Amino acid sequence: MDKYRASRVKSAAAWALAFVFAIVATVFAVMPFVFMVLNSFKEKFEMLQKGVFALPQELYLDNYIGVMAGNFGVFFRNSVLVLAVSLTLLLFVSACASYPLSKMHFGLADPIYGVIVACMSIPLHITLIPVFRMMQNLHLYNTIWALPGPYIAFGVPISVFILTSFMKGIPDEIIESAEIDGCNKYGMFFRIMLPLSKPGLSTLAIYNGVNMWNEFSFAYTLTQDAAHRTLPLAVWEYRGQYSMNTPMIMAVLTLTVLPMIVLFAVAQDKLVKGMTAGAVKG
Amino acid sequence: MTKTATTSLQRKRARETHVAAAVFLAPVVVLLAVFIFYPIFDTFHISTFKWNGIDANPVFIGLGNWAALLKDGAFWIAFRNNITIMVCSILVQIPLGLAMATFLDFGGTKKLNVFKILWFIPLLMSSVAIGFLFTYALATNGGIVSTISRFLGGKNIDLLGNPRLALFTVIMVIAWQFTPFYMVYCMAAYTNIPMEVFEASIIDGATKPQYFRHIALPLLMPSLKSAAILSMVGSLKYFDLIYVMTGGGPGTSTELMATYMYKQSFKNFNMGYGSAVAAGMFLLITCMALATMRLINQKEG
Repeated sequence: MDKYRASRVKSAAAWALAFVFAIVATVFAVMPFVFMVLNSFKEKFEMLQKGVFALPQELYLDNYIGVMAGNFGVFFRNSVLVLAVSLTLLLFVSACASYPLSKMHFGLADPIYGVIVACMSIPLHITLIPVFRMMQNLHLYNTIWALPGPYIAFGVPISVFILTSFMKGIPDEIIESAEIDGCNKYGMFFRIMLPLSKPGLSTLAIYNGVNMWNEFSFAYTLTQDAAHRTLPLAVWEYRGQYSMNTPMIMAVLTLTVLPMIVLFAVAQDKLVKGMTAGAVKG
Repeated sequence: MTKTATTSLQRKRARETHVAAAVFLAPVVVLLAVFIFYPIFDTFHISTFKWNGIDANPVFIGLGNWAALLKDGAFWIAFRNNITIMVCSILVQIPLGLAMATFLDFGGTKKLNVFKILWFIPLLMSSVAIGFLFTYALATNGGIVSTISRFLGGKNIDLLGNPRLALFTVIMVIAWQFTPFYMVYCMAAYTNIPMEVFEASIIDGATKPQYFRHIALPLLMPSLKSAAILSMVGSLKYFDLIYVMTGGGPGTSTELMATYMYKQSFKNFNMGYGSAVAAGMFLLITCMALATMRLINQKEG
C-alpha cells in the first residue's frame, strides 16, 4: 500500500514537473507572437515609452491603414495569382505522373520513380543562377510568371512521392471493372483516379500551398520591382520605408501571417496534417 | 492460332500501356529536366568560367574557381556554421519536440489541446516573417530579451550584433521555428504505436517512464532517425531566415553556404564563382545525405 502511495506521489510530482515544462515551452512559443501582435496596435512612440509588453492604450489602427494604403494589395494579388496557377498545375501534373507510376506495369517505372523522389534533397541554390539566366532570356525576369516554373518543379518530388503511395492504395478491382466497362487509360485517370485521390490531393494542396505562399529565394532572385513581387517580400519593401517604425513592420508581419491563422482556425487538423506531409518517411 | 492472337493482343495492350505511361509522365519529366536537371548541369558548366553575369563573353578558367573554393576560408567557415546549426538542430529540436509530443500523448491529447495549439503557432509563420520578427524582437533596444534583462536589473543585451552570440541566437530562433514541426511529427509517430502495446505494458506493471524508455522509444526510433535526416538536409541548405535576420553577419559569424553563394552571385556578381559554391554545396549535401542513409540502413540490416 505504501509503495502504491509512493508511486502516486512520484507520478504527481512528475506531472507537476511536466506542467512546468509545458508552461515554459508555451511562454517561449507565444512570446514573440504576442510581441508582434501587441505592438502592431501601438503608435511608434508609445512602444518606446510604455515598453514593449504594455497593452496598447487604445485600438490604434493607423499602422494597418498605412500598410493597406501602400502596395500591400499588389503583393497580395501577386501571391494569390502565383499560388493559384502553380498549385493547380502542380497537382495536375503530379497526379498525371503518379497514375502510371502506381498502377501501370512497365520496366522504367521504378527507375523514374527513384529519380523523381531523389530530387527531394536537392538544394534549390544549385538551380538559382541558371534559372535566373533562363528567365532573363525568356523575358520573364521581374514578372510574377518567372515563379510558377521553379515552384512547380520543386513541388513535384514530394507530391509524386505521396500521390503514388496514395494511388497504390486504390483497389485494383475498381480499375479492372472500369476497364471491362470499356474505359481506356485516359478516361480512367479523369473518372476514377483523380476523384478517388481527393484526400491525398487536399493534403498536398495544403503542404505545397503553404510552401509556395511563403517562398522567398526564387521570388527574391527572379523579381525586382514591388509591382511584381509576392507577399513574403512585402516586409522587405516596407522595411526600406519604415525601418525605424517597429509597430508598422509588426502590422505588415501580422497581416502576412493572417491568412495562415484563418486557415488554422478553420481547418486545424487538415492544416497540421498537410504541413507535415513532407515528413512521411523522409 | 489462338495463341498468336493472344500474344499479339498482349503486345498491343503493352504498347498501349507504354504510350499512356509516356503521355502521363511527359509533363513532369519535362518540368524536372528544364528546372532541375538542366540547371544542375549548367551550374557545373558556369563554374568553369569567370563571369559577372552580364558580360557576353565569359572567360573560361577550367577548374580555377574550384581550386579557389577549396582554399576559400570563408566557404569553409560557412560550412562549419552549417554543421554547427545541423548538430544543434538535431540535438535541440528533436528531443524537445519528442518531449512535447510525449507530454501531449501521455496526458491524453484532448485535455491538453490548448498546449498543442499554442505550440503550433511558430509553424504558421514563414521563415522570412520569423526572420524579420526576431530582428525586432531581439533588438538591443526594446527587444524581448533586453526588456526582460532590464526588468531583472540587468543591461540591454545585443544578441545579433555580437559575433560570439549571433550564431547561438540564430540556432535558438531556428529551434523556435522548427520544434513544433518535430512535435507534430512525433505525435504522428506515437499514434502509430498500437494501443494494445501500451495496454499490455501497463498490465505487465510498467510505469510510464519505463514504458517510454523500453517500449515507446525503441518503437519511435525509426521515425526519429528519419527526422534526423530531414533536419540534417534542411540545416545544410538553410537560407531564408538567416539571410533576412543577419545576412550572414556580423562578419562571417552566421554565414552559411547558401547565403555565401547568394552574396557571391547576386551581390558581388561573381556568377562563375557563385556557381562553384552552389555546386560544392550540392556535392557536400548529397554525399552527406547518402553517407548518413547508408550508415543508418547498415545498422538496421
